[in-house]
Amino acid sequence: MRFLARSQETPMASYPPKLQQYLDDFGFMSSREDRVDYLIDIADEFQPVPSSIASKPYDEAHRVIGCESEAFVWAIDRADGTLDFYFDVLNPQGLSAMAMSAILDQACSGAPLDQVAAINGEVVFTFFGKDISMGKGRGLTELINAVVYQARRRLRSD
Amino acid sequence: MSDISSRGYANPDKLVSTGWVAEHLNDSNVRVIESNEDPLLYPSGHVSGAVEVDWVKDLNDPLRRDYLDKSGFEALASRIGITPQTTAVFYGDKSNWWATYALWVFELFGHTNAKIMDGGRLKWVEEGRELTREKPSISPTSYNAPERDDSQIRAFRDGVLAHIGENGQLVDVRSPGEFSGEKLHMEGYPQEGAVRGGHIPGASSCPWSRAANEDGTFKNAAELSEIYLNELGLDPAEPTIAYCRIGERSSHTWFVLSNLLGFGDVRNYDGSWTEWGNSVGLPIEK
Repeated sequence: MRFLARSQETPMASYPPKLQQYLDDFGFMSSREDRVDYLIDIADEFQPVPSSIASKPYDEAHRVIGCESEAFVWAIDRADGTLDFYFDVLNPQGLSAMAMSAILDQACSGAPLDQVAAINGEVVFTFFGKDISMGKGRGLTELINAVVYQARRRLRSD
Repeated sequence: MSDISSRGYANPDKLVSTGWVAEHLNDSNVRVIESNEDPLLYPSGHVSGAVEVDWVKDLNDPLRRDYLDKSGFEALASRIGITPQTTAVFYGDKSNWWATYALWVFELFGHTNAKIMDGGRLKWVEEGRELTREKPSISPTSYNAPERDDSQIRAFRDGVLAHIGENGQLVDVRSPGEFSGEKLHMEGYPQEGAVRGGHIPGASSCPWSRAANEDGTFKNAAELSEIYLNELGLDPAEPTIAYCRIGERSSHTWFVLSNLLGFGDVRNYDGSWTEWGNSVGLPIEK
């Protein structure tokens, strides 16, 4: 499964390879149970932002608005022009937000900014399926959007 | 938090403590049911013996915006191994808002022998109680349900319109930003699930979470009365309708008003803002 821009005939910038790998993996899963088990394994890999980057109470500017699991995102510039992304999820029951954060961390930290900027928030539904609540879908989409926004902001400032 | 029986609730039997659930894990007359917003939580670990009721795939009709019908409920009840006599104890994430939603749907089918585990999943976990990933082995039951009765605790669009025409009591349990219609989103990413922002005319704003303590338990009756009776000025003897975006958060408030404060006539408008805010010809306020 390769994602194409909706309004263009030519392919949009490719996604970060690790993200595309995840999308391919999840795209092949027909069982909700398999998808959920995989997401739980990924959520187990979630690492909250280290104290060297941010400490509580976090600056509200880093809050993902619309994410009810109280996710926060930080984007730190690398010398090579890419970004390192860090996350925290304050709701201890926010397992889906943790899984999404772990995917974004692994896929987007150090990835070319144009690839990160090209990510469509609707990939959430490839990972989680379409039978998640509106609020959950929106919150996870906003988490992706927060990462994309940072990449686009850096690209605009270049 | 104090004992449930000492909190002054109108119907304290609708709540059970985590300790009560722990003592009834092997009670064949009790079925513990987890209902969450986050689909990863139950499979990642749940109360031993608990079954999952998923609000999307178990409670909603897949083709119409409506709940399951009599045969669907009977099939669900059979799958989770309950009879009309079984005490159904619901718990879940987000201070039990999804648990109260599931309980509300069960009560549409007359399964009123239903309770909420106070504090929900979070309290169970924070008390260090055990979770398991092992799914229980359930023997299917035979459940003869009545037709779904939407007339007592469920409100529809036209009923809400008539209600506001009579200056009836309405509680909007969404966030203040949703109530006011204010845009609270990152540039280019609107979040309102409706064409218009605002609220149903005459509604009082009271976010659902005000009824819950930090640990997810319900506030006591005096604290709830202060909010809903004194601050909002609601009259327990008057018909009241609660709504949110799709009726999930407002089921929490429905539970509070009807069971903990003893309001006589409370209905949950599950069409809520996603219907009202998108409907042609309906009035709104900002």
